[in-house]
This record gives sequence, C-alpha cells and structure tokens, in this order.
Amino acid sequence: MFVLKLLLKNAFRHRLRTLLTMVGLIVAVCAFGLLRTIIDAWYAGAEGTSSTRLVTRNAISLTFVLPLNYADRVRRVEGVTGVSWSNWFGGVYITERNFFPQFAVEPASYLALYPEYILPEAEKKAFLLDRQGAVVGRKLANQYGWKVGDQIPLRGTIFPGTWTFTLRGIWDGVDARTDEAQMLFHWKLLSENLRARGGQNADHVGVYIVGIDEPNNAPLISQRIDAQFKNSLAETLTETEKAFQLGFVSMSEAILVAVNAVSYVIIVIIMAVMANTMMMTARERLAEYATLKALGFPPAFVVKLLFGESLVIALGGGILGMLLTLPLAAAFAKAVGTLFPVFVVSDTTMLLQLAASVTVGAIAAAWPAWKMSRIDIVNGLRHVG
Amino acid sequence: MSVTGDGGAGQTLIRIRNLSKAYVRGEQFIPVLQGLDLDVRRAEFVALMGPSGSGKSTLLNLVAGIDKPSGGSIIVGGVDIATLSEGALADWRAAHVGFIFQFYNLMPVLTAFENVELPLLLTTLSRRERKAHVAAALDMVRLTDRVDHYPNELSGGQQQRVAIARALVTDPTLIVADEPTGDLDRVTGGEVLDLLDDLHRQLGKTIVMVTHDPKAAGRAERMVHLEKGVLVPDPAPGAV
Amino acid sequence: MKAIPLSYIARNLWVRRVTTLLTAGGMALVVFVFATVLMMSEGIRATLVATGQADNMLVLRKGAGAEINSGVSRGQAAIIESLPGIATDGNGQRLVSKEPVVLNNLPKRSNGKPSNVTLRGTSPLALALRPQVRLIEGRMFRPGTSEIVTGRSIANGFIGTGLGETLRFAQRDWIVVGVFDSGRTGFDSEIWGDAEQMMAAFRRSAYSTIVFRLADQGALPALLAAIDADPRLQIDAKPEIQFYAEQSEALATFIRYLGLFLSLIFSIGAIVGAMITMFAAVAQRIGEIGTLRALGFRRTAVLIAFLAESLLLSLVGGLIGLAAAASMQSVDISTTNFQTFSELAFQFKFTARIAVQTLAFALFMGFVGGFIPAWRAARMKIVDCLREA
Repeated sequence: MFVLKLLLKNAFRHRLRTLLTMVGLIVAVCAFGLLRTIIDAWYAGAEGTSSTRLVTRNAISLTFVLPLNYADRVRRVEGVTGVSWSNWFGGVYITERNFFPQFAVEPASYLALYPEYILPEAEKKAFLLDRQGAVVGRKLANQYGWKVGDQIPLRGTIFPGTWTFTLRGIWDGVDARTDEAQMLFHWKLLSENLRARGGQNADHVGVYIVGIDEPNNAPLISQRIDAQFKNSLAETLTETEKAFQLGFVSMSEAILVAVNAVSYVIIVIIMAVMANTMMMTARERLAEYATLKALGFPPAFVVKLLFGESLVIALGGGILGMLLTLPLAAAFAKAVGTLFPVFVVSDTTMLLQLAASVTVGAIAAAWPAWKMSRIDIVNGLRHVG
Repeated sequence: MSVTGDGGAGQTLIRIRNLSKAYVRGEQFIPVLQGLDLDVRRAEFVALMGPSGSGKSTLLNLVAGIDKPSGGSIIVGGVDIATLSEGALADWRAAHVGFIFQFYNLMPVLTAFENVELPLLLTTLSRRERKAHVAAALDMVRLTDRVDHYPNELSGGQQQRVAIARALVTDPTLIVADEPTGDLDRVTGGEVLDLLDDLHRQLGKTIVMVTHDPKAAGRAERMVHLEKGVLVPDPAPGAV
Repeated sequence: MKAIPLSYIARNLWVRRVTTLLTAGGMALVVFVFATVLMMSEGIRATLVATGQADNMLVLRKGAGAEINSGVSRGQAAIIESLPGIATDGNGQRLVSKEPVVLNNLPKRSNGKPSNVTLRGTSPLALALRPQVRLIEGRMFRPGTSEIVTGRSIANGFIGTGLGETLRFAQRDWIVVGVFDSGRTGFDSEIWGDAEQMMAAFRRSAYSTIVFRLADQGALPALLAAIDADPRLQIDAKPEIQFYAEQSEALATFIRYLGLFLSLIFSIGAIVGAMITMFAAVAQRIGEIGTLRALGFRRTAVLIAFLAESLLLSLVGGLIGLAAAASMQSVDISTTNFQTFSELAFQFKFTARIAVQTLAFALFMGFVGGFIPAWRAARMKIVDCLREA
C-alpha cells in the first residue's frame, strides 16, 4: 500500500491548489447533475404517463377542438374502456408569473382514468357535486398555500372574464413521477359559460382521454379511432399519452439540446482546470520523478503516480459534488415551484457524474504523465537547484 | 551624485547606532543583531564577514532598506532610513541603492537590456535617456554584444555582469552585494570582483559586500567581522 | 506611482503558454456560453421587434394577449375598418388586413417530429402592410384559391412546405405557390393563405387579428378614443411593434436567465482555474517579487502587476470565447416560442453591447481569480521573498 499512501500524501501536498481544484470539480459535477436533472424534468411529463391511456386531438393542431358527440363514438371502439375529455383553460392566477396548467374536465370519468391522483373520498364527492369546484395537486396547493374551501380566482385569456373556483380537494400523487402541479375543474362550467355567450365552441372539447384495456393494442386502437373520423370536419389524431407529451417536449428541443450541450461544456471547463493543475504538479516534481527513476523505478511507476493522484483528486471532488447535488436539487425544486412538476435526480445522472469525474481525472493526467515518463534522469535531476 | 550637501570622500555615508534586530518565531524571541555601531565612509568598499547565522546578511538588508530594524538608527546620507515609511523607503532604495545578489536575480522573461532598464522605470527619465543610461551601464560591464539575450542564454558570469549593470544604472550612492561571487567559479568570480573594484575606484561608489570568501573580502578596503550579532575586532586591515 | 512594465507581465504568460492556454480556454468556454445566450436572447428580441411596422396597429380581443387566443367577429371587424385615421393605398383602398391565425402541427424535415406552425389567413393587402415581406420564389397566392405561400424558415424546415409541394389540412390540399422572405422577422416562420378560404376550411366565423396602417401618428388618440367609446368593441389595439416585442418577452427572458444562471455557475470553475494558475505564478516568482521590491517597486506595483497578469489572461480567454461566439452569427436556430405556442426561427445576434458585456464578464473572472494571489504576492516581506527564492 506504499503507492496509495504516496498518492494521498502527494495529492494534498499543495493543499490550497488541491482544495481549489476540488472546489472547481464540486461545482462542475453539481452543475452537470442539475442540468441533467432539468432535462429529465422536462421529460417528466412523458415519464409520468400511463400506457393504458391514449389522447385524441384534432389532427390540425391542439388549438383546434373536437365535437362533444365524438365521445360516444370513441367509447364504442373495440378495446376502449373509458373516455373523458378536457379543455386547456389558460387562466392567469393574479399575474402571468404564476403559471400552472388548468384543465376543464369531465370530472367523474377523468378521475377514473387517473387512478394515480389519490383524492380522499369525501373531497372527491364534494368536487363532483360542486360545479364551481376544483381540485389541485399537492405541490400546487403548497406553492400558493391553498386549503380546501379557498376561493381561487383565474383571469381567462382564451375564455374571457374572471372565473372563481372553490377548492374542493387536493390530490397526492401515487409516486414521485405523478404530476401534482395541475388544477382540474368542471368542463360543464366552461361549456355553459360559452353557450351563454353564444360561442360556437360550447359543445366542443380540446382532447379526449381514452382508456384502453391492453397497452399492446394502443397502435391498433388509435387507428380505429382515427378511422372513425376520417374525412370528417374534424379529423382526429390519436396517440399514446406518452407520445402526446413528448410532442410538447420536442417543441422545446432546441433549448434542450443547448442545455444538454452546455452540461458537457462545464465538464470540459473543469477538465482544462484539472489538466492545468496536474501539469503544474508534474513540473514541480520533475526532480522527484527523475530521482525515482534513478532509483530504478520503471517509467510506468511515475505514470501510475500521476494518474493515481489525478484520480484521487477528481474522484474526491466528484463524489463530494454528487453528494451536494441532492440537497441542491431539492432546494432548486423548491425555488422553481410548480414550473417543473417533477424534479428528481436520477440514478443515471449520478452514474454520469461519477463517469465524468473519472474521465476528467484520467484525461487531465494523460499528457503530464506521458511527458514525465519520458524525462531523462540527468535533465530531471538538474531541476533540483 | 551626493545625497546631501556633506561633500566628498572621507566623510561618513552610513552611520549605524545601537542597531538591533530580532525575530519572533512563535513564542521564541531570536535576537540577530544587538546594539551594533558601525560607520561606513563615502566611497568606501567594506566587506562584511562572519559565519552563517552571524547576522551579516541581516545587517546588509537593514543597510539596504529592505528590512526594518527592531531598534537603533541607520543614517544614510543624513536620512534615518529606520524612520521612513514603507513607500518612502521604496523610493529611497530606487534612488540611492543598487543591489547585487548571489543568484543574480534577473527577471527571466526580460532581456539583458530590459533587466538593466528596470530600475530606470522608477525614475522620470525619458525613453531616450533610459536607453543611453542602459547602454553606458552595459558598456561598463563589457556586455554590449549580449543586450538582446535572455538570462537563460547567458553564462553565470555574464548574468552577474548584467546584474551589476542593473545595480549601477541609476547611479546610486550605495551598492550592496550579497555573496556576489558565491555562485561563480574562481575565474569569473575574479572578473566580477574586478568590476566591483572599478565601480569603487573609478566611479567612487560606496560598496557594502557580504561574503564568506576571504579572497573576495581581500578586495575590500576594510573587513568587518560579525559573530552572533555583534562586531568583533578587525584582525588586520587587508589581511587574507 | 511607477508600474512594473507590461512586457514583463505579458511575457510571463507567454512563457507558461500551455498553462495560460488551458486556463484561458476554460474561461473562453464560459464566455462562449455567456455570449451565445445573450446573442440568442437578443436574436429572438430583434426578430420579433423587427416583425412589427412602425405605423401598424394590431387589434386583438380584449385580454387575449396572443393571436391564437383572440377572436374578432366580422361585425367588429367592419366597425374597426371604418374607424377614422386609417391610411389608404394608391387606389383609395383602406389598408386593413383581417386575419384568421391558427396553428398547424407539421412534421420537421430534420427529424419528422411535429411542431406548431403559424398559419395566417390574409389578403394581398398584407404585402402593402408588411413591406419587409417579399417573395423570393414563385408568386403570391391568388385570392379565392387554396394556394399558400410559406416563409423562408418554414420552407426550409418543414415537410411539404417547399415551392410546388402540397400540404393537406382541413379536408383540402393546399399548394405552395411561393416562398417569401421577410428579412429575418417572425413572418419567416409563418404560412400565409387567403383569409376567406381559410375561414371556410376551418369553419371559423371570427378573425384572430386585425392589422391596419395609421394615416399618421397624430390620428392615434382619436382612434383609440373611438374604440373606447364603442361598447361593441371589446378589443385591445396596440402598435404592432409593441405587440411583437411583448411576444418575445417570455422566451427571451427565459433564455437570458437560464444562460446567466449557467454562466454564473460555470464562472466559479473558471475563476478557480485562474486562481490556481495565479497562485502557482506567484509561488514560482517569489524571488522575482522580492527583487522587484528591492529595486524600489512598491507593494501596490506588485499587486497591480499580478492582477494585470490575471486580467490579461482572462482577456485572452474572453477574446477567444467572443470570437467563437461571433462565429455563431451565421447559425439559424428555431424553437417553439411558448408565448405563442408556435415555431420561431431566429439567428444569434451579435451586438457591440454584448461584446462589451462579455469582455467585462471575462475581466470580472480574471479579477476575482487573480486578486487573492496578487494580494498575497504584494503582502510578502522582501527579505522572505529573497530568502525563499
């Protein structure tokens, strides 16, 4: 264990430099982990979906609606176990800053299709009975400090006017992937309001949520549904809930690609810093390495020393960075609130962090190690003076 | 080039009285110089000798104004440099002291010319005047053909000659030399001592030199011996 | 006070060029991220701000905020068209365009993934109202037909939108008869067709937007007063420039904050790099520091010299990063503007202001990274320096 002892001693000989390098590594590994978690959070909507749900929307785009009478026709399609529908409301709570999704849904069938929303039976009943009622996820309720019974005013952007809802229930997600940052209310309320105003979209819905019996049949059932409405005024496009959510993700793809690229940039930055540290270290120890060689140690020994030292520092910083990522991610999730409904550091991310640390350590030592293995003893020893 | 109006050779340039210097290291109080008195005449060449740890380098540092005494006075050219503020002391050094070190202490990234020019940057001389001064100084040390070389392209003796040119380029009253031949072989060391002799004889510079080489000390007019921080009687002037 | 010469500072960086390059390289990457993010944000803003015309007014339903949320009935449109103060063209026709705006989910050429494209129904008058738009291929659509023209970025980016190609939506085939360029504005990311044809195909009875040209700015107050006075007009009328500037706000701000946040974190890495390098530089040159001080250079001169070395180092990094960022100007990028929910193509836009901000950021990193080492160098005692050398 002589080598290991030498490694550790060497690594902390220049305490300030080693510490600074490790601080850099910690920051880099943390930032890398957080960025990857942000990307994961973006995909969380798709991750939290169920394979037994399909979404049927207007083939042109989401901004086009579908007639309400499609519901019965969809329900009769073979393999369909349940149908519900929802409309994007797009209301503003006090200011534009407080963004969260609100959907007008058909409550009973919707909650039946989303068993992952755990709502106390009494609250569920109260919600179903109150046309002005609404339910929200736990995270959203916490963000704005809402309690059951509170009045929530929303200013409509798509549907004019101020809408006030009574909070009837708060759901908890069945696991961490469940969206707890939404608000649901009665589709009937929206529809009646539209009818009273003489709007043409009163009997129309944004999307249908379709429950199916067998996930493997999803493509077949999707085709059957779309075939029903082929060449009608409102052609449909049915896809799995996951594909539907991924459609949103891909719209921001340019940003995601940039964030992803940038997450690797920080690794390259820290690689440069680390390589610099190792080069300085190697230069300072020229004479020592020459002495070791003069004593008869093979060139590989010097290489091992440098690589070992570099890895000790890189892994030390990397592991500390990984440990720090968890509380930081928790703090970040708290700070951004419902912007990212799900924000969890994944195992893959932690593995990548570890891999990045090892890579940084290895690459940083490569060039100095190669150089040191080639020094000749006489020249190296001359540097003692 | 006189510091004050007090005139020519034979007069006292440096008057040291009751000088003491001590270091505090942790709890320990380490006296280096104790109640030392010493006079150096203008245009005198003095060699400071003594075993290592005797305090000769500390004395030199104090005289050169790069260290502060714990007590006593060092009056150089009528100014008590022990009382000067740090900034004033820096200006005083720039104007009145030339340094020669054992390991030359040239800036490795500057050419011989630029190294010699360095102290002139602390004066108000114009670029042209500086150039003339540097040329004269390099001429004096007979290095006019190596002006654009960097220190690592010069031999030890040549480097020390550049350092001497740097020490005299500002035309200082006092030149301090710390083991100027310590890193040189006998022949080049001799050449450096010849140069110091020239500075002393031809230009009338006051030189204070620390050395442990009796041969080098022999070139001086006077030898001062230090032991354990106090002066010991001079064995014989000019003795080897 | 006399300073240590710059050549001494610069050459010391040159002597350690591998270290200098690694440190400056780290900074360059940070600076690159910083600059490109600002350029992106600026690009989005510039694209959308340029989309609006100075004398054009844009009308939406009250509170709608975006074109796709809005609805203006035919009756309201007729009232607006007859408002006082609207400019006319050479033939005496009022410069008013009544436009349905919808989103169409189209697949991209690059990966087949769908994205929302703005589909605008308009009339040949649109060209008079938006002089920045000119056809670069083919011709304008003929009124009363299922012909469409596509913006440059759309034609390049989406399947079925090139000249001569056909798009099928709303039970019809729409033929692309022209491709237009709008001079790097938001219209490059739109598809235009005949307003009435689109309303019929989409079964729409209301327009989304009314755009008209003001005869002169002086007419504006009277016009706004007329709108306010008419209870039938529950609408917001605002200058087109202001409208499009607002449309860029959310995305530009989001990218800006995300980028600044990232740069700030990254800069810690780069600052640490600079600090390590400068600490090593000070340690290597302790003897030189002592000598300089002995020669009469003051502590502040030493402090400034090392700080300048660090600043110079960061300036090198800053310039490399800035040069790399500037080369991004030719890159086209497109993403969904989440305020309009539709695709928006734009370019990285490099401005003098961004250059200054970026270099200031680089120098800031150099200053923070270099200060403590420089402070340490200046604080050392001369005799200690000379002894350690």
